[in-house]
Amino acid sequence: MALFKKILLFSVVSLTSSVVHSGWDALNMPKGVSLISNEVYDLHMIILWICVAIGVVVFGAMAWSIFMHRKSRGYKPATFHESTKLEVVWTVIPFLILVLMCIPATKTLIKMYDYSNAEITIKVTGYQWLWQYEYLESGVSFYSNLKTSYDEIYNKKEKNINYLQEVDNNLVLPINKKVRFLITSNDVLHAWWIPDLALKSDAIPGFINELSTTILETGVYRGKCAELCGRSHGFMPIVIEAVDDKTFEDWLASKKGDTNLANR
Amino acid sequence: MSSAVEDHHEDHPSGLMRWITTTNHKDIGTLYLWFSLIMFFIGGFMALIIRTELFQPGLQFVDPQFFNSMTTMHALVMIFGVVMPAFTGLANWLIPMMVGGPDMALPRMNNMSFWILPFAFAMLLSTLFMDGGAPAGGWTLYPPLSLQTGDAFPFLIFAIHFMGLSSIMGAINVIATILNMRAPGMNLMKMPLFVWTWLITAFLLIAVMPVLAGGVTMLLTDKFFETSFFNAAGGGDPVMFQHIFWFFGHPEVYILILPSFGVVSSIIPTFARKPLFGYSSMVYATASIAFLSFIVWAHHMFTVGIPLAGELFFMFATMLIAVPTGVKVFNWVSTMWRGSMTFETPMLFAIGFIIMFTIGGFSGLMLAIVPADFQYHDTYFVVAHFHYVLVPGSIFAIMAACYYWLPKWTGYMYSEGLGKIHFWLSTIFVNLTFFPMHFVGLAGMPRRIPDYSLQFADYNMIASIGAFGFGFAQLIFVYIVFKCMRSGEKATDEVWEGAEGLEWTLPSPPPYHSFSTPPNIK
Repeated sequence: MALFKKILLFSVVSLTSSVVHSGWDALNMPKGVSLISNEVYDLHMIILWICVAIGVVVFGAMAWSIFMHRKSRGYKPATFHESTKLEVVWTVIPFLILVLMCIPATKTLIKMYDYSNAEITIKVTGYQWLWQYEYLESGVSFYSNLKTSYDEIYNKKEKNINYLQEVDNNLVLPINKKVRFLITSNDVLHAWWIPDLALKSDAIPGFINELSTTILETGVYRGKCAELCGRSHGFMPIVIEAVDDKTFEDWLASKKGDTNLANR
Repeated sequence: MSSAVEDHHEDHPSGLMRWITTTNHKDIGTLYLWFSLIMFFIGGFMALIIRTELFQPGLQFVDPQFFNSMTTMHALVMIFGVVMPAFTGLANWLIPMMVGGPDMALPRMNNMSFWILPFAFAMLLSTLFMDGGAPAGGWTLYPPLSLQTGDAFPFLIFAIHFMGLSSIMGAINVIATILNMRAPGMNLMKMPLFVWTWLITAFLLIAVMPVLAGGVTMLLTDKFFETSFFNAAGGGDPVMFQHIFWFFGHPEVYILILPSFGVVSSIIPTFARKPLFGYSSMVYATASIAFLSFIVWAHHMFTVGIPLAGELFFMFATMLIAVPTGVKVFNWVSTMWRGSMTFETPMLFAIGFIIMFTIGGFSGLMLAIVPADFQYHDTYFVVAHFHYVLVPGSIFAIMAACYYWLPKWTGYMYSEGLGKIHFWLSTIFVNLTFFPMHFVGLAGMPRRIPDYSLQFADYNMIASIGAFGFGFAQLIFVYIVFKCMRSGEKATDEVWEGAEGLEWTLPSPPPYHSFSTPPNIK
């Protein structure tokens, strides 16, 4: 158990650092870099360990029975076949465990649904097969396409470390500021997903979904489209570059009036 | 085989006409099971195309559009062409024998409900050769993407209509048989659990197949007759399709698993030589699961933007399913407890079912936690989850059932040694295939992608190796079945030492019409 925990911990640490590993580390959910993503990670680990504990008890009883109560050992079968008391016990106990689990899950969910007091609003639009980002307050708007070359995809060139998770225009965001996203689509369903921020929402034509987050650390966070959207569904990644306030303001100023970006 | 008095009843055409015109529950059961096995290899072949492309990062073998067709068709074939027909086949063979009746209640409809299927699947599979390719929008058919399908679209919709028709007729037949054909004294609470689970499954089928038919018909009119049910630009709602689909889809997943519960509840007591623990609680648990299946559909769509109150309701309702499901697992373990167990192939598959279905249940419980589901949704974690409940779940239960009743059906014992090899290879490879998918899913790999970034490479390679191993291991099963049809040790009437139930009082193989005179029920 301790070793398993260590392995999990190691993988989490290595995944959340901005270095991308190839290898056996792609093992668990990232802890991420927002308060919410940390809470989600904790929920995930709590329910995982609850399942492991129940599994140990149930499979343990089964294993004991399989090794001890076998005909080849000459074990004579018992004849009992019902017990209302037991049925009540194993209905009520799991029910109570679930109620306990619901409490933190509900708390976190309520926090996730609070989109109020955001300082920056970004409209995210999915297209087959790219993303458009619009900074609603400042009017900056641009498209974000996959940057990986066809040669890499078709195995004519060695794949770089950010294979299929690099774009031409990163979504640049400031840290420690609440950002609200308005997610929609211009054609079919897409889903905008950043694992490190525990953000995922379907992009639906004609509808606008909301998400919000406060990023706590600078870095580059990579995500992917998570709803089947046709031929190039696997080829429309999302890259967020989280920077400090000053860098962000400079970047935003440089983008204002840059009409090249608005063209696809 | 049967007494002289009954011989004139066995008059039937021979050769191909026997199978086309048959109204006999055993013949139709056999047809269903063979159909299912053939489809299992077709759907499995598609899975191997998927796993071949995913063996390494990069695009090596197929076009991404064709890859999407493979994931879509693999799902449709496996759900509607393998698991559902296999269970209907088992129902046909077993329900009349288990309740002490001569045949199914509606034999002509029985013939029709089977023979629709080959045509439906010929239509579905023919789309692979059409302009624009086979459907590639996922088996969930979400618009607007599914409306981008080419010439295949109307064929897909009509194929689904026919599959639905077949299932509804099969379900009506099962209900009519169980309610009307029981021998005197076989009251409802004496029925074997396989009969009970199928009765409940049949009601689920009748309730939800028309909902699917309605949903896909609306897709059809959106595509060809300018309606806007799911088109936001015309005042429609793309999310409404998802609600309709999953109102069908969630009961559907229990349609795929409840008969497995019945199979396992028959096999465990036999090889534990001890009666099933908590028979009545098993019946109530099954009924509760069926009821809950109607009020949890939106847990498949937690990320579409449901209001907070909706998310909470569907989270609580979903978690509640763990309670009756847990009761079933605890009852099976208690049945094994202090039994006198032997481990023939059906028992091995049944124990494998309990353990691996429970693992799938655990990941299901995790998926119910909405904040965490935002991370799991549409990743390989979900792929791992539903394959754990469907492959070492439903498919293992079907395998267990085949090994358990094969000697009764053919009159010969199958090869126990080969059966055990089949079990162990299947178990090792199924875990090698699907367990690593939990990891890559959690680490951020979305489902339904033909290519992936480098951090997912190692586990995908393992999964692909496992998939090929699992696929080839199933050829052993085909060999065992063929061998068991014509040779082997003669099976006794009871077949298994601890077997209880009316089907074991008939000869092996049983007469063409199961019980011409009702048996005495103690």
